[in-house]
Amino acid sequence: MSAVSARRGISEGTLAFFLGFGALVIFLLAVEGLIRAGLINRHIVPMPSQVFGAFERVVLEEDVAGRFRLTFIEALASGAMIAVVGIGSGMLLYRFELWRRATETWIAALASAPTVLMYPLFLVIFGRNAWTIIMMGFAAGVPAVTLKTIEGLVGTRRVFINVGRAFNLTPAQQFTKILLPAALPSIFVGLRLGLIFMLINIVGVEFLINFGGLGQLINDLAERYDLPGTYATIFFVVLVSVCFFVLTERVERWLRPGA
Amino acid sequence: MAETGSVTAPAPAGMSRFPANRVLALRICIIVAILAVWEATAASGLLYRDVVPSLGKIADALAALLSTPSYYWHLGVTAGEIGISLLIGGAAGLAVGILFGSHRLLGRAFEPYLYYLGPTPKIIFFPIMIMWFGVGPGSKIAMGVISCFFPVALSAAAGMREIDRVLIRVGRSFRASTWQMVMKIYLPAMRQPIVNGLRLGLGVAIIGTLLAETKLSNRGIGYLIIQAYSLFDMPKMYAMLIVLFVLSIGANALVGRIGRFDAAHRN
Repeated sequence: MSAVSARRGISEGTLAFFLGFGALVIFLLAVEGLIRAGLINRHIVPMPSQVFGAFERVVLEEDVAGRFRLTFIEALASGAMIAVVGIGSGMLLYRFELWRRATETWIAALASAPTVLMYPLFLVIFGRNAWTIIMMGFAAGVPAVTLKTIEGLVGTRRVFINVGRAFNLTPAQQFTKILLPAALPSIFVGLRLGLIFMLINIVGVEFLINFGGLGQLINDLAERYDLPGTYATIFFVVLVSVCFFVLTERVERWLRPGA
Repeated sequence: MAETGSVTAPAPAGMSRFPANRVLALRICIIVAILAVWEATAASGLLYRDVVPSLGKIADALAALLSTPSYYWHLGVTAGEIGISLLIGGAAGLAVGILFGSHRLLGRAFEPYLYYLGPTPKIIFFPIMIMWFGVGPGSKIAMGVISCFFPVALSAAAGMREIDRVLIRVGRSFRASTWQMVMKIYLPAMRQPIVNGLRLGLGVAIIGTLLAETKLSNRGIGYLIIQAYSLFDMPKMYAMLIVLFVLSIGANALVGRIGRFDAAHRN
């Protein structure tokens, strides 16, 4: 296949893009046809044309921009807290080895625990407001960042540390010139994981408690039985998470140009 | 539920600066301190009544919960939903992962969609699942399936690409059928990525299923948790969260241990 495409001057990447996108278009057309033919119940699955038609309505009438802004602010607040607390606690636990050995497995257990199920508890503690959502995002994201920060610092090659010592670097210089740059790749992996968990929790809790931005909009539209609107908003949330995913990759590349 | 796989390896015997008993002593101190702070907060009345119930009340609720037969019925419902979703989502993810991993063009064409949909909060699909599968266990299983599918598929596709080409050529030179290639070459060669994918998949399937139960259900652990919240029965809610966390972490550790045992057995 690739040999044929290469001979015709089409790169494999272009061919793959058109194959993927073409299959998606064919799938949507097939669904449209099946619904129109009555083989799929239109009261359960709306026609793709209706969903596309609902985009403008959802954007204009449901204040998607405002809801997006709210979800973004919640994510920003939660992300900032995750970065500060996660990286800070990782550094502290690296510095104090006994504490690290005592608590690291607990943090790993916390990272694998379904913390999102604590949302009723957070509702009781913080009330039905943005703080519950922000704190849920924070709780989901911070263990991954802490663990990856520790991993990065502990994994610094011995020879780098010895070189620093040979140059008589102060502990602060040793940290900023040797340990931190060496740990950055791992810290970024942790940040990306943490931010993804955070976003999942934030939109999820918005949906579950019917409060906030995009998650609440899906719940509202579903309760109004506005199926095209629900599908259009789900598409919008998927788009937001794709943008977020791409953005974190770009930020990482910008901060680590050599990576 | 995340599987970061990033606990730093313990230092070899004799290398650690701290003996195990000092670590254990610190752990006990931390636990005692947390419990003392909790009890003091409960007794102080600083927070709204019963938001932080006393440890005695939580222990009583835990004992009552574990001695209630209906709790095990609800636990069975949730476990069944999660088990079925892991089976369906895992098998579908594995099939798609093998397909995308073995065909370069298909992988390049469709894997980006998996990468983009993977980190999307799956709970937003719940209204659709209700429409498709009803308000019963079907929609909860479906939530578990779509949660579990993505990590398994991505992990299997990545694992498939890492299989030693020699093994694949050996299979082909023996004129193995597709089924034989999958059973004799692909699956044994990519056990570790599959176990990792299933571990991640199990975690998100638990979350997907339980969140769906909290949103709309009349059975299962998620339903019990949201019912305890509605009745403001905080000790019971804490007790259920404790049991749930222990079970989830245990299940996750069990799958990880199976993977490690398998790897050690092979080596």
